[in-house]
Amino acid sequence: MARRRIGVFVCHCGNNIGGVVRVPEVVEYARRLPNVVYAEGSLYACSQEGLSSMKEKIAAYGLNRVVVASCTPRTHETLFRNTCEEAGLNRYLFEFVNIREHCSWIHMHAPDEATEKAKSLIKMGVAKSCYLEPQEELESEVCPEALVIGGGVAGMTAALNLARQGLKVRLVERGKQLGGLLSEVNKLFPANREAKEILDPLVEGVKNHPLVTIYLGSEVESVEGFIGNFKVRIAKVEEEIKVGTVIVATGARELKPIGQYGYPTMANVLTQLELEERLKEGVDEWQSVVMINCVGARVADRSYCGRFCCLVSMKNAILIKEGNPQAKIYILHRDVMASGVEAERYYRRAMELGVRFIRYDPENPPQVLGDGRVEEVKVYHALIGREVILPAQMVVLTTPLVPQADNERLSKMLKVPLGSEGFFLEAHLKLRPIEFATDGVYLCGSARHPSDITESVSQAYAASAKAAIPMREGVVRAEAITAFSQESLCNGCGNCLWVCPFGAIELRDSERRGQVAGVNAALCKGCGCCVAACPNGAMQQRGFSDQQLMTMIEALAEGV
Amino acid sequence: MASDDQPTILVFACNWCSYAGADLAGVSRLEMPPHCQVVRVMCSARVRPEFVIAALSRGLDGVVVLGCHPGDCHYSEGNYYTRRRALLLKGLLEYVGIESERFQLRWISASEGAKFARTITEITDAIKALGPNGWRQPPPEG
Repeated sequence: MARRRIGVFVCHCGNNIGGVVRVPEVVEYARRLPNVVYAEGSLYACSQEGLSSMKEKIAAYGLNRVVVASCTPRTHETLFRNTCEEAGLNRYLFEFVNIREHCSWIHMHAPDEATEKAKSLIKMGVAKSCYLEPQEELESEVCPEALVIGGGVAGMTAALNLARQGLKVRLVERGKQLGGLLSEVNKLFPANREAKEILDPLVEGVKNHPLVTIYLGSEVESVEGFIGNFKVRIAKVEEEIKVGTVIVATGARELKPIGQYGYPTMANVLTQLELEERLKEGVDEWQSVVMINCVGARVADRSYCGRFCCLVSMKNAILIKEGNPQAKIYILHRDVMASGVEAERYYRRAMELGVRFIRYDPENPPQVLGDGRVEEVKVYHALIGREVILPAQMVVLTTPLVPQADNERLSKMLKVPLGSEGFFLEAHLKLRPIEFATDGVYLCGSARHPSDITESVSQAYAASAKAAIPMREGVVRAEAITAFSQESLCNGCGNCLWVCPFGAIELRDSERRGQVAGVNAALCKGCGCCVAACPNGAMQQRGFSDQQLMTMIEALAEGV
Repeated sequence: MASDDQPTILVFACNWCSYAGADLAGVSRLEMPPHCQVVRVMCSARVRPEFVIAALSRGLDGVVVLGCHPGDCHYSEGNYYTRRRALLLKGLLEYVGIESERFQLRWISASEGAKFARTITEITDAIKALGPNGWRQPPPEG
């Protein structure tokens, strides 16, 4: 084995790591590890200064392996690999050690143990890095067509944005028409314009664009493949469709609060969306309306805030109040969420028009009184400290959007995760908010979490812009973590072939050894199933070889 | 056990679900015992049973394999192989006279940061209760 010259860069991440783990001590420890010729601490390894220093040290110390101990490879591996490459080192001669998410952040009150654990993790990373080899990435073509699942405002915006860049789009909508949830909405805050003023041009734009193929009343039945080359089957459609990227824009639905506040048995108890349906026909001369916010939101089994429901209640209160200034309108809330310039102004407008906001306590919730239909609502008024009885010709329940019932089916089909509430879970809340960890699959709108029109449109632009990158580049490079067979060790048993989920392995005739396994690297996705199944150690995985993993185990066991 | 009666536990976590779940535990600042070291693999099915045996025979007190929930595997079927291997491996460990509880397989999704923290805490407690790993091979002489 050629002489290893390893450099270790330990990140303080400001106080995130340095506030718990004693970084200078860890750097000293790393410096004394076998084959380490240089070690330094860095305030922020990912900053310009940190990266420049790394490049300088690679040159100055002739480093041929680089270990960075900082945050998670899921967000920062590409950055550090690129830095190695810029310094003339193959990007696969880099090893990541996670001492933030997996150490300082979870052992904040145990600095001694966290420091020792960081040392141990770095020791394992350094040990593995000795066995890293330069790798070449395989390029594959990207089909310049996208699948957009969901024809609501997010899906249509994403589809149109891609089509206008010259890319073909297949837009699949489950409903009989385009529009999604927006087609049920009456008017939109904060300008109180009709929803169809926004919706109609969008629908027309999508329908008339020659590059968009629309499948109405259709559902995606199966998706197979990977970035650049997804094979999609749509129910009731004969042909198999090939696309390069997939955008999930399946939206959400309004919670129907069955069994709460007399819904749906009491005739005059509605949800906000049901109210909007009636408002479309014109504002009735309602004399008294009580709205109850946070119904089914911010409760034990649904902990999230619906984000814009408060504004929906204000909007409909304003519309009714404008129709009949004498109407008594009460909004019973837990907290008013109206952040941002426009929303705050809207909130004030509602109050100026005379809409009354009364805070209720979820421990002592409002009660609807009446027989068959609600006549009055009783609520404990926290500010005046006693119960009040409010007249209620109509009660409107403000409920959050909830995930689509079949999100799980789609998440399994696309191999992308759902969050604990059942919405789709992005790769990273801040750094990769509209894409999945799975390459080539993107996300926008209320499928991700309840989003208003503004947010859905912005996310759709973002998702379509991201999806356009590989399609415009035309090629993607696959991470070089594929399996390979060492023919001299293979006895041709075929275990690897049976366990491979991608059909990437075949038995080939070899001149000296009969049949041996061979891997088609273009099909291999790098799971390593075959490696663990190989009885001879003939099958190995780049970046995760037996030797690399075993040396980590040995490094950890050494101190025991 | 390593020192002060504290165990050393090796954790293999698959890149797509469990490693992300462990990251989420960190982002959520969930505290847990500091005796687990996570090694990232792309799929739980990459974990060769020999790794578990090697780790335990070298004196580590426990090995945990974490994968996506059944049906959620990024590679479709990897975790099913893991499940079958784990079953056999547990039997083998018992056969050679080592507590099979020292090897654990759990499913943790990308959104289950809290489950990661809970799992690590529970397993650490269980392995502490077992005491030091008696299967440790004597160090080479000389």
